[in-house]
Amino acid sequence: MSFRLEMRENASVGLRLGVSLGAGIVALLLVAIPVLFAGGSPLTAYGLMVQGAFGSMFALSETLNRATPLILTGLAAAVAFRAKLWNIGAEGQLYIGALAAVLVGSGLLQMPPALLIPTVMIAGFLAGGMMMVIPTLIKQRFGADEVVITLLLNFIVILFVQMLVEGPLKDPLAMGWPQSVPLLAEAKLPKLLPRLRMHWGLITGVVAAIVLWVMVRKTVLGFEIRAVGENKAAARFAGIPVDKTMLKVALISGGLAGLAGVGEVAGVKGYLSADLSPGFGYSGIVVAMLAGLSPIGTVIAAIFIAAVFVGADSMSRATGISNYVADLVVALSLLCVLVGSFFLRFRLRYDRKLEA
Amino acid sequence: MTDIPASALLSLENITKRFGPLVANDGISLSLQRGEILALLGENGAGKTTLMNILFGHYVQDEGVVRVAGKNGLETLPSGSPGAALAAGVGMVHQHFTLAENLSGLANIRLGTEALLSLGRASAARRKIEQIIAESGLTVDLDRRVADLTVGEKQRVEILKALYRDAKVLILDEPTAVLTPQEADGLFVVLRRLAANGLGVIFISHKLGEVLAISNRILVLRAGRKAGELVSATADRRAIADLMVGKAVAEVTRAPAKPGAALMAFDKVSLRQGASRQSLRKVSFELRAGEIVGLAGVSGNGQAGIAALISGLAVPSEGELLLYGKPIHRADPRALVAAGVARMPEDRQHDGVVGTMSVADNIAIEEVRSPAFSRSGWLDRKAMRARAQSAIAAYDVRCLGPDAEARLLSGGNVQKLILARVLEREPRVILANQPTRGLDVGAQAEVHRRIIAARDRGAAVMVISEDLDELFALSDRFLVAHEGEITDAGPAEGLDRSTIGLLMAGHSAAAEGLAS
Ligand SMILES: Nc1ncnc2c1ncn2[C@@H]1O[C@H](COP(=O)(O)OP(=O)(O)OP(=O)(O)O)[C@@H](O)[C@H]1O
Ligand SMILES: [Mg+2]
Repeated sequence: MSFRLEMRENASVGLRLGVSLGAGIVALLLVAIPVLFAGGSPLTAYGLMVQGAFGSMFALSETLNRATPLILTGLAAAVAFRAKLWNIGAEGQLYIGALAAVLVGSGLLQMPPALLIPTVMIAGFLAGGMMMVIPTLIKQRFGADEVVITLLLNFIVILFVQMLVEGPLKDPLAMGWPQSVPLLAEAKLPKLLPRLRMHWGLITGVVAAIVLWVMVRKTVLGFEIRAVGENKAAARFAGIPVDKTMLKVALISGGLAGLAGVGEVAGVKGYLSADLSPGFGYSGIVVAMLAGLSPIGTVIAAIFIAAVFVGADSMSRATGISNYVADLVVALSLLCVLVGSFFLRFRLRYDRKLEA
Repeated sequence: MTDIPASALLSLENITKRFGPLVANDGISLSLQRGEILALLGENGAGKTTLMNILFGHYVQDEGVVRVAGKNGLETLPSGSPGAALAAGVGMVHQHFTLAENLSGLANIRLGTEALLSLGRASAARRKIEQIIAESGLTVDLDRRVADLTVGEKQRVEILKALYRDAKVLILDEPTAVLTPQEADGLFVVLRRLAANGLGVIFISHKLGEVLAISNRILVLRAGRKAGELVSATADRRAIADLMVGKAVAEVTRAPAKPGAALMAFDKVSLRQGASRQSLRKVSFELRAGEIVGLAGVSGNGQAGIAALISGLAVPSEGELLLYGKPIHRADPRALVAAGVARMPEDRQHDGVVGTMSVADNIAIEEVRSPAFSRSGWLDRKAMRARAQSAIAAYDVRCLGPDAEARLLSGGNVQKLILARVLEREPRVILANQPTRGLDVGAQAEVHRRIIAARDRGAAVMVISEDLDELFALSDRFLVAHEGEITDAGPAEGLDRSTIGLLMAGHSAAAEGLAS
């Protein structure tokens, strides 16, 4: 009697979904162990987490507020990874998008909200997009690895933003805090409900996911992105402009990350500072991987990750167990997805027969 | 169990494998003796590769058992485990190679059998491999990176890899499809020698001539079933072909060409960019309407450059390439396709199809931006499916339908898909690069018929092939490539294999007394 691994010929959609779901559940189960060591009861802890994330309108709003940038950075990673363009720079693109929003929306242009908000968003999208288009051009011209460029750019951008908010962009009325001049009221994204932090960025994220989903399945551009991502040589032979398609992907990917930055300044904070994002760009990669790079899945995965963070904060306040639990759940989910994708390629078989 | 002789190495009993509604193998049995070379024949999609993948543990059969000779006679091989198959002495060289390109041949051979860091044993391993090389004649430079080896050398590394693991049974899936005729002859010498030492060989091929020459026994599959078994010494081509197809294969005939205007012309074209096997030196020739031009030559003498130029992947470094009298300045495959140029890539798995996309997608891929398949940026899925449906029917592409992923098609059926893609739109210029590589005899005849029909319709055709029989069957005029230069050998009548052979070896046309 033995267990054996077998190669799978095909993996069904249901199986892919199951793997993502299973990964989340297994991660939560594994995290029960440290919770036990910390002297808490896992059931109570998870109960509190669920309550903290979804238990009230306020909790739900906090979770969705947190999910908003993750949806956009998740989509940024998903669309790029589809095309085998390894954008690790969503963090930097987010900051550049936020910076563009501040530059355009803090007094440079005077317009009614109906015009200013779209303008700010387009500016953030284009700025974030350029932050990915340039590394892609460098890759195409000089063969430099985009992983390295985009990763390093994250640090450069954050230092640059830090310099700006402590210098030329510094708000003289902020009592010395390193933060930028505030956005005009006309540039701010309206809240979805009164007294709750959720804002229109969430709608932007969901719409972006639907647009991407439709784009991949129904449009020529989506067709070309898939072809380039799956087999560059065949795509080139068939006449698909590979470099151009990659640049389009880069613009979309960086642009989505830029929009995440716009949402944070125009929807939540109202100004730019160097601690705008607690790593939304990097978490977006986890979100995209959890979602198996599917746009709609990205929305769900982003809400899951956001719920883990928000729920863990509230659980930690109630029980004294550290909210690092959230980081553990997220990291383990990613690991579980990677292990799970192994089961997309192989299946475990149980042999009753004895060896002949 | 049954009446299997004592020297049996291997027996497959009643193997059945289904993929959804498709029965790829249907109750197939076969046995193999020590020192025997068994040829596995059958149409494209008959189930040859599937059967070998089951034997090697890549696929799990739905029914039936595999037995391999062990200490206690034939022992059942656990299904679905390449590790167990390797341990039992089954080695496989796949239709598409599975080597790590950036490692040396030596590292590739040892990969998976031992920790690569065990430096101490490296010399022992090397000695063993060198001994195998000496015994078998599989000469390779073990220290070269695999990426820098020729196709033939890569294949030798694959075979060495199997022998290094003490294979008793060696499976070769269409090994000669990618070899030059010279390399193929070398392979046969090696195989005969290995068989003489007791190795059992299963050899898949579509080339009846070589099958008759090399094998002891022939097993024919048809539509997943065993259609018959023949002893090679007494078999003849007709009988095998009839067994494979179930009906007689009609001879392809063609009327003399009526060449018209030049549709594509190379005017002192040189090409230097890219790999050296692409480079060309001051090449001039014309492709005329209603004429098939055969390009002969040992692989690597510039054919790749000609193909890249006609495919729109490159532009001349010097000289001019004219299409319908107008020079081409930009490498733009899409523009060429739109202008009526049909291109079949040499390496169809690599350049021809996107494996994870559907058959319908792959048929539409060259023209997704044309009004035939899209409107202002939106795909016309219905038109794509309809085209795929008719292509599948017209070209007999065996697959589960327009939505099947292209990677699931058998090798020959991928080629039919590409033919369907390029020939359906009645092209005016056709580049057929190794058009029948890996195709079964029936499909080969069908492709030849379609190419000739296109010519009769007025298309200008260039056929690049390493198979001289194919070139003589198709060509109205011959060109010969040698070290990046092209010699016009003139009309096919009055040419014979030896003249072409001399030109391929680099003897000048003038010396052979030919008009140019
Ligand atoms: N994983 C799979 N899923 C679905 N169908 C498959 C799969 N693998 C093979 N097939 C189908 O099974 C049939 C047999 O394929 P196989 O590759 O064995 O053919 P073959 O005899 O090797 O043909 P060729 O000479 O063209 O290489 C084909 O119709 C193929 O499309
Ligand atoms: Mg095959």
